Amino acid sequence: MDRRFVFILVALAVIIPMLLSINLPVSVSEPTQKFYDYVEALPAGSTIMIAFDYGPSSLAELNPMAKALLKQCFDRDIRVIAITLIVDAPTLASAVIQEVATEKGAVEGEDYVFLGYRPGQVQVMLGMGTDIASVYDTDYNGTAIGEIPMMQNITNYDQIDLLVDFASSDTVESWIIYANVRYNQRIAAGVTGVIIAQMFPYLQTGQLVGLLSGILGAAEYENLVGAPAKGMQWINVESFVHLLIVGLVIIGNITYFIHRAREE
Amino acid sequence: MKRQVPLVLCFVFGIVMILTQFSPHSVSQWVYEEVISWVLIIGPFALVLATVTLIQTHTARIRRRTEHWQYSFVVFAGLIIMVLIGIFFTPQNSVFEWLYNNVQLPMDATMFSLLAFFIASAAYRAFRARTFEASLLLITALIVMMGNVPVGDFIWNKVLFWTPWEDGVSWWRQWILDNPNLSARRGIILGVSLGVISQSIRIILGIERSYLGGGD
Repeated sequence: MDRRFVFILVALAVIIPMLLSINLPVSVSEPTQKFYDYVEALPAGSTIMIAFDYGPSSLAELNPMAKALLKQCFDRDIRVIAITLIVDAPTLASAVIQEVATEKGAVEGEDYVFLGYRPGQVQVMLGMGTDIASVYDTDYNGTAIGEIPMMQNITNYDQIDLLVDFASSDTVESWIIYANVRYNQRIAAGVTGVIIAQMFPYLQTGQLVGLLSGILGAAEYENLVGAPAKGMQWINVESFVHLLIVGLVIIGNITYFIHRAREE
Repeated sequence: MKRQVPLVLCFVFGIVMILTQFSPHSVSQWVYEEVISWVLIIGPFALVLATVTLIQTHTARIRRRTEHWQYSFVVFAGLIIMVLIGIFFTPQNSVFEWLYNNVQLPMDATMFSLLAFFIASAAYRAFRARTFEASLLLITALIVMMGNVPVGDFIWNKVLFWTPWEDGVSWWRQWILDNPNLSARRGIILGVSLGVISQSIRIILGIERSYLGGGD
């Protein structure tokens, strides 16, 4: 089969379900449920730090997760400190936070703060364990940390109830090594589909309190939060692409065995 | 001298930072925090180094007229425009945000989206049950793929409704991730960790010197 024909089939498998708005039921996996339950158990006034460690290439999978979590936090009066360790993520992260904050009526500086980007992944993680202000002296808009109301009683990880890393690379493992192991910081993660397999050892040890796996994790979390959005829409689209790939693999193998039988 | 000084610095800081991990004494913690502050200051130099390397690479491409050398001008245009706007008007500037949202973001997302087409084509061409191991890999991949989307359970519940399992595909997918995958990953983590420890000791003791350059 000409590969251009495969490309056309993939395009159709994406476009047609989007036009038809198909809604398949999504069951919730255990790692997603644990993530949700942990956040639900936090009392109002708690603080979550969210690290937006992904760039535009991964936003389709990770933006829906981030939005669902932000909605849950703002609904439950949980304060959010957002940061990023990826150089091309600040504009993206700022837009996501602004969108949800506007929808939920969250106030900047009181309900949430976006500290932006600082270079040096490991150094930033270690530095915040001692003093967040030593790493971030201002927020993304240039306001001094000391002038931000919600940062008044927050010095380091001791005042952070949960750190959530939305990641498309190996930053989750770095957070575990430097923030969890050294500072005992509780961590949860939302990652792209291609790296979920490497997260499971940390779930078993309890170093990750929960895990959102790719667009499926986003859809599951939107379901739990009660705010179905892009995650639910895209997991249905992905269903048809996966079906197509499985079909292509089966056809490819049938063809292969027919050829082999003829040769023998 | 050019080689001795970095080796001595590496040895001293390596040993000191290891010792700070085993001592809760205030002096030890002060040293640790001070060194972390120094490293935070040094960190941004990596960005400068990366930018200089990018400029050098593309200048050389233009000078040598290598294949597609014209695109290097696009790299310079993007770099200069974004840096100038970022420095003089801050990244919160509407022009900076417009360029990010309408140029960088769709291009980056498009590049990644193309993977779906190539993965589908590669799976069709290369995923063959040629041997027992390849068959095992193929079956595992198909289960995980179908367990990763709701249509997998939908088909299972419609076709295999008579089995004792509901949502059987996602159950098997989770079992694969929780057992064989976890065991293999843990083995890899342990192996890599032992490798990192031994390599760190070699660097601290000056046995491994390739980071100094010069092929020594």
